[in-house]
Amino acid sequence: MNVVATRNFGAPVTRNEDARLLSGQALFVDDVELPGMVYAAFLRSSVAHARIRSIDVSAARARDGVVAVYTAEDLGSYWAPGPLLVPPPPIKDIVFNQRTQVPLARDKVRHVGEPLAVVLAHSRYLAEDALADIAVDLDPLPAVVDLERAAADDAARVHDDVRGNVAARVWQGRGNYAAARARAARVVGRRFRYDHGCSSPIETRGVVANWDARANRLTIWDTTQAPVFFRNGIAAMLGLSERQVRVIAPFVGGGFGPKIMLFYPEEVVIPWAAKKLNRPVKWIEDRLEHFFATTHERGQTHDAEIAVDADGRILGVKDVFLHDTGAYNPYGLTVPINSQCTLLGPYAIANYDSTFTAVFTNKPIVTPYRGAGRQHGVFVIERLLDIAAHELKIDRAEIRRRNLIPPDAFPYNNEIIYQDFAPLSYDSGNYQPILDKALEMIGYRRFLADEQPRLRAQGRNVGIGVACYVEGTGIGPYEGAKVQVQANGKVSLATGIGTQGQGHFTAFAQIVADQLGVDVRDVDVVTGDTDQFYWGAGTFASRGAVVAGNAVNEAAKVVRQKILKLAAEHFECAEEDLEIADGKVAVVGVPGQSVALGALALKANPMRGAVKPGTEPGLESTQYFGPPSGATASGVHAMIVEVDPQTCTLEVRKYVVVHDCGTVINPLILAGQIHGGVAQGIGNAFYEQLVFDEDGQLLNASLADYLLPTALEVPHMELAHTVTVSPLNPLGIKGAGEAGAIPVGPLFAQAIEDALGLLHNNIELNEIPLSPSRLFELTAKPATAR
Amino acid sequence: MTADIHDISVTVNGTSYRRQVEGRLLLSDFIRHDLLLAGTHVGCEHGVCGACTIIFDGAAVRSCLMFAAQADGHDIMTVEGLAPDHERLHPLQQAMRECHGLQCGYCTPGILMTMKVFLEENPAPDEAQIREALSGNLCRCTGYQHIVEAVQLAAERLRK
Repeated sequence: MNVVATRNFGAPVTRNEDARLLSGQALFVDDVELPGMVYAAFLRSSVAHARIRSIDVSAARARDGVVAVYTAEDLGSYWAPGPLLVPPPPIKDIVFNQRTQVPLARDKVRHVGEPLAVVLAHSRYLAEDALADIAVDLDPLPAVVDLERAAADDAARVHDDVRGNVAARVWQGRGNYAAARARAARVVGRRFRYDHGCSSPIETRGVVANWDARANRLTIWDTTQAPVFFRNGIAAMLGLSERQVRVIAPFVGGGFGPKIMLFYPEEVVIPWAAKKLNRPVKWIEDRLEHFFATTHERGQTHDAEIAVDADGRILGVKDVFLHDTGAYNPYGLTVPINSQCTLLGPYAIANYDSTFTAVFTNKPIVTPYRGAGRQHGVFVIERLLDIAAHELKIDRAEIRRRNLIPPDAFPYNNEIIYQDFAPLSYDSGNYQPILDKALEMIGYRRFLADEQPRLRAQGRNVGIGVACYVEGTGIGPYEGAKVQVQANGKVSLATGIGTQGQGHFTAFAQIVADQLGVDVRDVDVVTGDTDQFYWGAGTFASRGAVVAGNAVNEAAKVVRQKILKLAAEHFECAEEDLEIADGKVAVVGVPGQSVALGALALKANPMRGAVKPGTEPGLESTQYFGPPSGATASGVHAMIVEVDPQTCTLEVRKYVVVHDCGTVINPLILAGQIHGGVAQGIGNAFYEQLVFDEDGQLLNASLADYLLPTALEVPHMELAHTVTVSPLNPLGIKGAGEAGAIPVGPLFAQAIEDALGLLHNNIELNEIPLSPSRLFELTAKPATAR
Repeated sequence: MTADIHDISVTVNGTSYRRQVEGRLLLSDFIRHDLLLAGTHVGCEHGVCGACTIIFDGAAVRSCLMFAAQADGHDIMTVEGLAPDHERLHPLQQAMRECHGLQCGYCTPGILMTMKVFLEENPAPDEAQIREALSGNLCRCTGYQHIVEAVQLAAERLRK
C-alpha cells in the first residue's frame, strides 16, 4: 500500500484561484486602501542626459493638500545607489563596471523618466498638480543613444568615469574556431539586429507601505516577483531587522521579468516616506510612467558567422555583439549571457567564439523580460542556418536535423558558463522527434511540394518557417515550501515565490493533493507573503514549477510520513496497512476503521500531558529544494504565413508548437503559458518596438502607439508535447514560462522571406522587430546592402 | 482654484449611491476608490487596454474615459455584479474558469463586461466575430485562445 495516487498530477485541473479573480475579489496592490493614506507622484526627468543645476520644491510644498515633497537631498544618508542584484559569473578576464540606479537623481539624470522628486498629497490628483509647481534647472548633455556610437572611445559618457560606456566585456568559447573556419566548405557572416521591447503587463507597478509605530513593523504591498529578496534589502536599507518587515506580493497583474528587478527607486522611496511620515503611502505607476520607469529589454547588434561543411554540418560559430544595458546595470550580465549561451541552441557546435560588450546608454534600464536575451541568440543561429541552407541548397528543416545534438549525447556540456554560474550543460533532451512532429503537424513537405506552388500560381504570397530552440529553465539557488494539515482537514501550503498568473495556487495544490490524499480544492496555497514563508529567491527564469514545485513535493512527502506514523500509532497497526484517501487515513480491508486528517492534526498537537523526547507538534513540514543546475527545455515552432505585398500585412494561416518541458503538472496551465509566450513573441517579431529619437526621447510611449497584439493578431495555435524527463529533480520537470516567446522572431523572418521569395532576390530579413512599414522598406530597396 | 464639486446619484450593481465628486474625477477612480469596488481594474488610463470596461446603461464602456459626474442618473454594472450570488458564477465566468481563459486575471473583469454585452447582442458568434469583439481588450498573458474558447462555450450555454 502507500502508493501515491496521481489523480491530479498531470491532469488539466481548473484553477483554485479563478473564482476570486473572476468575481473581482482578488487583492491587487492598488486595491489596498488604509486610513490616513497619502498618495505619491514622482517628478521625472524630461531629458535623457543632463546635469542637475537645481530643484526648487518650495511652491509644491506650499500647495494645499500636499503633505511632503522630497528630493535626493532630503534622503540624507539613506540615499545610495542600489545593490548589484546579479554579480557577474566567474568567467575569466571579464570586464564589469557596476553602476546601479539611485533612488532620486542627485547630480545627473541619465534617462528620460528618471525620478527627481516625489510629492505626497491627499490624493494622486493633488500630487500630480503639485508636480507642476516644481522648478527644475537642467543643463542638457549630449544623449548617448545609438549603440555603436555609444561604444566609441570618444562618445559622450553616461557615467563620467566610464570610457566608451563599457558596462562589461565578456569572452566565452570552446574548441578552436579559427581552425574550424579554415576547413569549412562555406562561411556565412552577417550583421543581425534584434530589439526586444517592454513587457507591458496590464497591471503596472505599484507600492503601498504602512509603518505601524505601535508594532514597530513595516508592511509593504509590492508588485514584485521577489518578495523575500525585497524584504531583506529594504530592511537593510532602513536599518530594520528582516522580521520587522512584511512584504506582500498579492495578486500581481502580470510580470514577465521586469517585476523581478530590485530596487526600483519607488521601492526605496515609498517605504522610507511611510516611516518618516508615520502614515501609509501609496504609489501606483501610470501607463506613461511605465514606459520609462519600468525596465525594458531592448537591443543587441551581432556580427556573426557560421562555418559549415559541404553537407551543412556546423563546424563553428563566431559572434561579436553589442548589448544595450541602458543607463545602469543592476541586473549584471544575465541578459547578454543568456544571448551568448542560448545561441548554441539544440545544435552540436564544437567550436564557438563569442565576445560581447555591454554598453551604457541614456535610456531606461535593461533587465530580463520573458526570454531574457535568449531570443537574440536564437535569432542569430537560426538566421545563419537559414542563409547557409539557402547557399548550400539544403532544405531548411534538413540543415537543422543534421545538426541536432543526438539523444545519446546527454548530459551535453557546452563548456561555457550560464547565467546561474554553472557550466551550460543540457541535462536531457531528444530533439529530432520534436522537429519531426512539428514538420508533420504543419504539413511541411506537402506545403512545399503542393500547396505553396498552387497558391503561388494564384498570385498568393505564402511561406513556411520552422525554428528550433532550447530554453535554460529551473535554475537555483533554491526555494522552499511549508505544508501543514489544518484541524478542519484542509491543507495549507506556503512558499516564498510570488505569483503573477502562473497558476501556482493550482499546480502546487495538485502535488500536495496527490501526496496527502485530499481534494485539490482543499489545498490552500499562499505565495508571496514573507510572514507566511520566510525564505526564497523569486519567480524568474521559468523556475517556479521546477524549484518551488519540487520543494512542495518534498514537504508533502514528509507530512505524508508523519500522517502514516501517527495513524499507525492510533490504530496500533503497521504503516503498510494504511491508505490515505479522501481526506482520511483508513486501515486497508477493515471497514469503518478510519480517521480524518483534521482529527490526526489535532492529535498531533496535545494540549496536556507529556510527549516523547524529540516530538514535533502538528502535521507539518518545511522543506527546500535546490537543483545542481538548470533543466533544459526545448521545442520547435512552425508557421505558415501569407503576406500582402501591397500593405506588407500578414495573415498567420497556421501556427504549431511542439514542446518538451519534461513531466507536465497541468496541461491546461502549460498550454496557457505557451499561448501567452507566443503572443508576446509575435508582438516582438512584428508589432512592438520602442522608438527612441537621437535625444533619447521615447516617441511611442502609449498603448495606442506601442502595439501589443490583440485577439486579431494572435492566431489559433496547435500544441503538442514530447516528454524527456529531467534527471535533476525528483518530479522530472523542466520550466515552460518563456518557451513560447523565444523562437518567434526568426520564425517570422524565415516564413516572410519564403512567402515573398526574398532570398532569391538577395534580400534577407536580418532584423527584428519587423513591421508592415519596415518590411515595405526592406523589400522595396535594391539588394545591395546586407 | 475653487473646487468644482458635483452632487451625483448613480446606481451600481443595483445599489444607489449619492456622492459629491470633483469634476475631474475619473469614473474608474470613483468606482474603485470612492465606492471601493476594486474589481474594475485600470491598465492604461487612455482608453486602449479595456481593463476598466464597465456596463453603462447596458453598453460596454471604458470607465477611464468618463468622469464620475457624467454617471449622474445612470445605471452601472461592474464585475462584482455579474455573478447571480456568492455561491454561483455567471456562465461567462464559469466558462472562463473551465477553459483557463485567465492567468493573472487583471484584464479579466474588462473582458467579462465586454463579452457580456457582446453575447447579448450576438448570441451565436463565430470565432472571427469573437476575436473582433475581443480586440479592444488587451490581455498580455493568455494569447487569447482560451478566452475565445470560453466565450464560445458560454455562448452555447447561454443559448440553452
